[in-house]
This record gives sequence, C-alpha cells and structure tokens, in this order.
Amino acid sequence: MNKQVELPKAFSKERLLELAHQMWLIRYFDEKVDEFFARGLIHGTTHLCVGQEATAAGACAVLNEQDKITSTHRGHGHCIAKGADVNRMMAELFARETGYCKGKGGSMHIADVDRGNLGANGIVGGGIPIAVGSALTAKMKNLDYVTLCFFGDGASNEGSFHEGINLASVWNLPVIFFCENNQYGMSGSVKEMTNIENIGDRAAAYGIPGIVVEGNDLFAVIEATQEALERARNGGGPTLIEAKTYRWKGHSKSDAKKYRTKEEERFWRTEKDPLVFMANRLIEAGLTDEQEWENIRLQAKEEIEAAVRYAEASPQPSLDSLETDVYA
Amino acid sequence: MREITYAEAVREAMSEKMREDQDVFILGEDIGVYGGAFGVTRGMIEEFGPERVRNTPISESGIAGAAVGSALTGMRPILELQFSDFITIATDQIINQAAKIRYMYGGKGKVPMVLRTPAGSGTGAAAQHSQSLEVWMAHIPGLKVIQPSNAYDAKGLLISAIEDDNPVIFYEHKLLYGMKAEVPEGLYRVPIGQADIKREGKDVTVVATAIMVPKALQAAETLAKEGIQVEVIDPRTLVPLDEQTIISSVSKTGRLVVVHESVKRAGYGAEIASMIAESEAFDYLDAPIQRLGGKAVPIPYNPELEKHAVPQVEDIIQAVHATLNREGA
Repeated sequence: MNKQVELPKAFSKERLLELAHQMWLIRYFDEKVDEFFARGLIHGTTHLCVGQEATAAGACAVLNEQDKITSTHRGHGHCIAKGADVNRMMAELFARETGYCKGKGGSMHIADVDRGNLGANGIVGGGIPIAVGSALTAKMKNLDYVTLCFFGDGASNEGSFHEGINLASVWNLPVIFFCENNQYGMSGSVKEMTNIENIGDRAAAYGIPGIVVEGNDLFAVIEATQEALERARNGGGPTLIEAKTYRWKGHSKSDAKKYRTKEEERFWRTEKDPLVFMANRLIEAGLTDEQEWENIRLQAKEEIEAAVRYAEASPQPSLDSLETDVYA
Repeated sequence: MREITYAEAVREAMSEKMREDQDVFILGEDIGVYGGAFGVTRGMIEEFGPERVRNTPISESGIAGAAVGSALTGMRPILELQFSDFITIATDQIINQAAKIRYMYGGKGKVPMVLRTPAGSGTGAAAQHSQSLEVWMAHIPGLKVIQPSNAYDAKGLLISAIEDDNPVIFYEHKLLYGMKAEVPEGLYRVPIGQADIKREGKDVTVVATAIMVPKALQAAETLAKEGIQVEVIDPRTLVPLDEQTIISSVSKTGRLVVVHESVKRAGYGAEIASMIAESEAFDYLDAPIQRLGGKAVPIPYNPELEKHAVPQVEDIIQAVHATLNREGA
C-alpha cells in the first residue's frame, strides 16, 4: 500500500488540474459549512469530509456521466465529484427552494438522480442494497453503466453490507463497493469495532476481489477504482475497495472528539493531507507550479463564496410545498 | 365466467403484466422452481426464466434494497417477502428509503415497486409467521397499502399496484389463497383508493378488511335471517383510504362495526372509527362504534387458542347486536 503509484496515463494535465480544483472545492465547501454551523447560520446537522477529498474525487474521476453513485451521510464530496452544482448544494443546506431537494432534504439527502447521483443516505449502510438494485437494472436492461457505492467503515458492520455484497456477487453485478475507512464510526474506532486489519479483506467472504488502498493518495484511488471499473464493465462483477483515510472534523457538529488524540489528528493533518500530497506530486512531475496551484485554490475558494451568495439570495420554499411530492 | 383461486389470480396479474412490460420482474426467496412458500409463483420461472423470476438469498434487507434501487433506476420490481412477519428485517429499505426518496429528493426520482407478502393467522405457524402488521405500513407517508379480500380484487389491484409509480405494500391473507371467485382473463384494473360495498344493507355498517370480509359476509347472511340488514364495506386499500364510501354508509345506517384481524390496540379500526367521529357521519350515529380486532397476544400455536386470538363470525354477529341494542337508549 505504501508504494508510490504512477500518475494516471489516461489523464491529461488539464484533467489532473481539474481534479485538484474539485478537491479544493470539496475542502472549501465543507470548511464553509462548518463555519456557518458554528455561527448558527445553517440549522440541522451535517457531516463533513474535510481530509477525505481524495477518495471522493479519485473514485468519481474514472466514472462517466452515465455511471451512478450512492452516497452517505458524509456525502458532500461525492456530490461535488459526481458533478453537482455547488450553488444548488449550498442552497439545499440553506434549506432554500433552489436547493437540490427544494429545501426538503438537507445535508444528508442531496441527490441528483438525473445525473447518476442516486442520493446521500442518513442510514448507515442504507445505500448498499440500493446500489445493488441499480446495478441489477444495468444488467437486466443491458445498459453499460456501473454503480459505485460509497460507504464508511461503520457501515461494514451493518447487515446490509453483508446482504448487499453477497447478492451482487451471486448475481455478478456491475457494482463497486467503495469503503471510505476514515477510522471512526462516530466515536467508535475501527480498531475497537472490527477484529481484522483490513475491511477490504472481507471481500474474500463473498468470493470477490478486495483492494486496500491509500485513500489520501488520489492517484492510488484512481488506479484501484479504474481496475474495479474495468472488471465491472467487462462482466467481471463487483469489487470491494477499502480506501484508508481520516476525517479531520468531528462526526457531526457537536463532537468534542474525546475518543481520539490531538497527536493523531495533527499527524493526519500535517503528514497526510491529500491536497498537499497531490500538489507535491504534480509539482514534482512538472505538471504545475506553486503559483498555478495557488490560483486553483483561490478560484475554488471564490466559487464557494459565490455559492453562499447564491444560497443567501435564494427564496425559501413556499409553505404550499409541504405536502407535495410525497407520492409520484 | 371461470372461477380461479386468489393465489392463481395473483399469479395471473404478475404473469400478464410481465408479458406486457419487460421492466416488470419478480424477486424473492424460493420463488423459482419451488414456486414460493405458498405456491403463488408456481410455473413462472418456466415461462419467464431466472432473469425475470429471480430466486434470491435469504436476505430480506438486501433484496428489499435491490428492489428499491432497481425501481429508482427504471425497473418495476415485484418483491415477494415469504411471510409478512419478515418485513421487520426489510423495514429500513421500505420505511427509510422507498417511502421517503421522492420527498427527500424534492420530487425527483420515483420508486415504482410492489412488495407482496402473505399475512395473517389460521395456519398453525405460530407467533413469528402469523402476524398482521399492515397498520405499521399504513402509518408511513409515501407508501400505499393494499389488502384485497377476494380473487377478483387481488388481480385487479395487483395490476394497478404494478402500474403505480409509488412503493405499494400488497398484503395477501394466507386463508384467502385457496378461495375462488369469478376473475376475467386479461388485464383489468381495480383502482387504488376505492372501497367496495360487498353487501348492501340499511341497518348496520360493517367495515372489514382482508379475511374479515368473508367472515363479515357470513355474519351478514346469518343476521339477515333475523331481519337485520348489514352493509359490508371492504376498504380494499388502507392507504389511500376511500373515506367517503364509509362516511356515506354510516350516515345511512347510523351504526358502525369495524373488524380486522390485526391487534385491536392501535389497529386500523381506530383510524376508521376516529375518521367517522370527525366526519359528518358522527351526527347520524345511533350507537357507539364497535371495534373488533385481534387480542393483544402473540399468535399462539394451539388451534383453539389461535382461533380465539382473532375475531370470528360469532364476534361480528355479537358486535352488530350490540350496536342495535343501544337503539333508543
């Protein structure tokens, strides 16, 4: 897992810089959401993926527009990486009419079904069988899309994980099970809650390939997902990928983080920042320089500021909408 | 017209829709060569093959989610849950996912799936294979809930359910499976949300669901010999409920008995009784509403105990008498 992965050959310089931009968007989106929660400007709750940018961006980087994803409660990064409009995402967090869910879903339910994002999910592991169903449609209708199912280390202890992966395996479905192991299910350390070294090893129980990958290395994530994608597209069935990463923030907005140490947090922030890692690799390869990298960062930051302005200027949903869309 | 059983009517609805619409398929445990625990899918895998009659692992949560995900992406799955008691294992996918997706997503996406499942007591299968839990589902916004009481309604309602763009929970009472009725060949629809007056009468309204409909009709037959004319109404669908048909009937008779097999406490009868209490029919009531339901016990194994756990014909007759004895009081 520690070997240095080569830069993906199929990706142009422009595409790599686009991914850098996307990762900065993810970071600034969630940093902004964090700030607004702290200031009481957004209500409800939210789960932030700061520090996990490379898993979302890397996994979605190899998908095309027809491919589908299911996401999790910590799903803002997945949305952005699947091509969501940050204006409409921010508007949803502000509970506005222009949000992806017209203000009815909030942070945990952003979806863009028409563009292959089958939705975030407030239930841990809830999206796993749904991804299996989406893959079943592809198989039955002979469509060539692949479904990528995001979930966390916590979800790997849910029954839906076992039932869903087994089902996908026996039906040989085009689905990628992508576990973002960010080390904690709320306060529960993965070391306390599972008795194995790698969640990816669980693939053996279902007779499918398992890949364990450095989740903060965008290029390693791309390489692993590409391999799984080709297998799925070529009728080879599902793959379980475990990407080891770390969430910098607490579980949700009210988390004193008593279950982990400051040293551990500092280590991941300073030694394993996925954006620093990417910058170093691209600069070392001569694909960018510090000035250009800085411009990318500032551009993403400004887009998030613009998203906030868009959200703030958007109307509240009408009270008449309360009872609409319960049924199709 | 030819007569077929309730089970055959359910199978015919599925088969006719599957011949017509390639997006319709069925998945469930032992529904392949075995033909399903109650034989409802017998012969279907031979006609449609294992791709469209998908025999699944014993994974109620997994297969319920697979139904939700395939419905969300363009299929029209019919999920057979072997016993309705097993919905306990599938409820996250039904309640938290299927029922809420469209609303949570601001009106985007739809989940056109049918969950068919055998329910009810009377087979000696005891506490974990005999429950009537339909009221749980009726409580959840976003689901439709259907309980057909005869073969004709079963076929017509199942066709409507398969064509509906929402998740529909379709309860089949096990004791109805063998009962025959006249059922037309070919596709026809019984609208979801339309009650049916199974027998007209002017003295007392009996609202009955599922297996209680034939029991109420039997009670009505006996009561007719005493000169009491009972009107038997089958709501057929709990969600949406055809309130008007019940309100009109009670406004006419002035007396209401509600009977279902599921436990009386917080049962659907409470919903119907309070709906009437809130309606204009309240002014016409000449006696307190009588509510019959299962005893608040797990369904026992012993046949006599089992029988006494749920309302029987004699209980319905007594309840009708009770509403009439109040006359003039």
